Amino acid sequence: MTDDLAVSVRGLTKIFSGKTVVDAVDMEVPKGAIYGFLGPNGSGKTTTIRMMCGLLTPDGGEGRTLGHDIRKEARAIKENVGYMTQKFSLYGDLTIRENLDFMARMYRMKNRKQVVDETLRDLGLEGRGDQLAGTLSGGWKQRLALAACMQHKPRLLLLDEPTAGVDPKARRDFWDEIRRLSKQGVTVLVSTHYMDEAVQCDYIAYIAYGKKLIDGPARDIPHKVGLTTWRVDGPDLIPLEDALRADPRVQQVARFGAQLHVSSTDAKALDDVIAEWKKKNGTHHWVKKEAELEEAFIYLMANSDDNFGQTGKRAS
Amino acid sequence: MNIFSLARFGAVLAKEFIQMRRDRLTFGMMIGIPIVQLLLFGFAINTDPHNLPTLVEMADDGPVVRAVLTGMETSDYFDFQGIVYGPEEGDRALREGSANFVVVIPPDFERDVVRGLSPEVLVSADGSDPIAVGTAVGALSGIVETAIKQTLNGPLASYAGSPPPFSVVVHRQFNPESLSSVNTVPGLLAVILSMTMTLITAVAIVRETERGTMETLLATPVNALEVMLGKILPYVFVGYIQTGVFLIAAEILFDVPFLGSGWAFFAGFNIYIVVNLALGFLISTLVRTQMQAMQLSFFTILPTILLSGFMFPFAGMPGWAQAIGTAIPATHYLRIVRKVMLKGAEMADIAGDLRAIAVIGAVIVLISLLRYRQTLD
Repeated sequence: MTDDLAVSVRGLTKIFSGKTVVDAVDMEVPKGAIYGFLGPNGSGKTTTIRMMCGLLTPDGGEGRTLGHDIRKEARAIKENVGYMTQKFSLYGDLTIRENLDFMARMYRMKNRKQVVDETLRDLGLEGRGDQLAGTLSGGWKQRLALAACMQHKPRLLLLDEPTAGVDPKARRDFWDEIRRLSKQGVTVLVSTHYMDEAVQCDYIAYIAYGKKLIDGPARDIPHKVGLTTWRVDGPDLIPLEDALRADPRVQQVARFGAQLHVSSTDAKALDDVIAEWKKKNGTHHWVKKEAELEEAFIYLMANSDDNFGQTGKRAS
Repeated sequence: MNIFSLARFGAVLAKEFIQMRRDRLTFGMMIGIPIVQLLLFGFAINTDPHNLPTLVEMADDGPVVRAVLTGMETSDYFDFQGIVYGPEEGDRALREGSANFVVVIPPDFERDVVRGLSPEVLVSADGSDPIAVGTAVGALSGIVETAIKQTLNGPLASYAGSPPPFSVVVHRQFNPESLSSVNTVPGLLAVILSMTMTLITAVAIVRETERGTMETLLATPVNALEVMLGKILPYVFVGYIQTGVFLIAAEILFDVPFLGSGWAFFAGFNIYIVVNLALGFLISTLVRTQMQAMQLSFFTILPTILLSGFMFPFAGMPGWAQAIGTAIPATHYLRIVRKVMLKGAEMADIAGDLRAIAVIGAVIVLISLLRYRQTLD
């Protein structure tokens, strides 16, 4: 266990009424990194994050967050972590200012008034401090929640699907903010469904059915997944797409604009398929390409559908 | 550094006050319910009912009979509504509930009195409602005796019987007029406080779980004691308002006296409010939804009403029921309120009751602090 890790957990396990929701997950989040935590709904992302910040007691495994034991030193972890819940969980019947002030008090901050004013200014909500938080739109709620959990300047941010249901513009702003924080040295662990968000991360872990399937620096992920990909363009892509999907040797066909990306973990079999097509129909233009993060994720997600039903509502 | 933070306690406190202020309906109910209940119970409940509908089956109608009936009517307990013919008609009236009593004067009643044969007047009472007919039945023999004595004069005077060798004087202390409201109203304070205080805290905490705000709260470094005190204190003030409203209404509407020490009352109701709030907090740690919180709160309200001595005399309950009753805070508070308001008790007179509530409270607080989860497990 080194000092370079903001989070380091080993064999983390959680069982809810007989169901193993998180199954022996190991994870290491380097300090200062943007760490993407991916996986389908119900795969155990939220439960894992909750265990990391001391909100849930693990049934197995151990770990440290910011150097504090996740079982015994939950209080010390909470002082230094900013946790943004998946669902908006500030007080809807309190105003924006009252919510921020409440959080500032919870972390015993000095100069509360000034801190809250600053947060409001950064949010661009100076004039709306007296509006009830419950009346904000979805995107503003997310931004307020993020601001509220960062207000005490935590060294680690745990963001649980912070952009779910937020419009693209708000999402982009959100990620600009996260990158800015990361530059200041804040470690960010963020769970998400969105592929375009995953590619913004320095590190990635993918979890399904409570088991970690893969993790590492983002650039290593495609290699670890081991996909071979061919890009094809030309006329009549739709019949081609259907035909390729029907071929058992092709594991994945994904459309990117006017191109198809055809992938398989079996490079040899795929090369054979492409060779046949080239012979059969010369109008298509085939190029073998380096597999990228996008294909890797589509591959991972396709092989782990929504994990609903096995865990109940608490384990999404 | 984390035992207790005034800043965090203050944050929870301030938040609760704001939320309470914004939730007008709940706040209104907390003030409105005591008033409505006070009016309902205070005016409606009467354990000493008068003017009960009564029928007579008369097989004789001489002056002695009339004296008996007049005596009954002037006692105010009986309200003669008619005459029935034959036992079937009287039975039916009792069964239908159109009369609470049927008085049967046997044939030749007057003649038998004069002959000294001690004839019997049968009064059939509707025993299915003992409280309704109880006091009237109790008063009956005295009424009849007096009525007959007045008519038996001259040569018949010897049949009137001799006065008993001693007399019993009953002095109704503390409530000389036997007004039900004087008994009911102070007891009602115990029940209302218990009901609203328990329910409101139970719901207030579960609401955080239901709305998801509990997750944010738990993710901060706040601890159980800070949350508990911060959540309970605002409702202590609500309890003050309820009690204030209550005392004023009791004085103005029902002339309930307040004879004892204000300090004793103050000490009693403070500790009682806190115990009930703590009970609400405990309930909230046992349930997951506001609906469950309400159901469990109501579960505690029934014993509070039935076994505390509010509705039925505590001394009349069997030992096991008294044991349960002793564990209910309202039982002791009820005694405090009645002692202080009606009997003029001072602090020393209620020390035992205060101690009992304190013990119950300590147990509740201890269990709820142990039950309160710092995690979402």
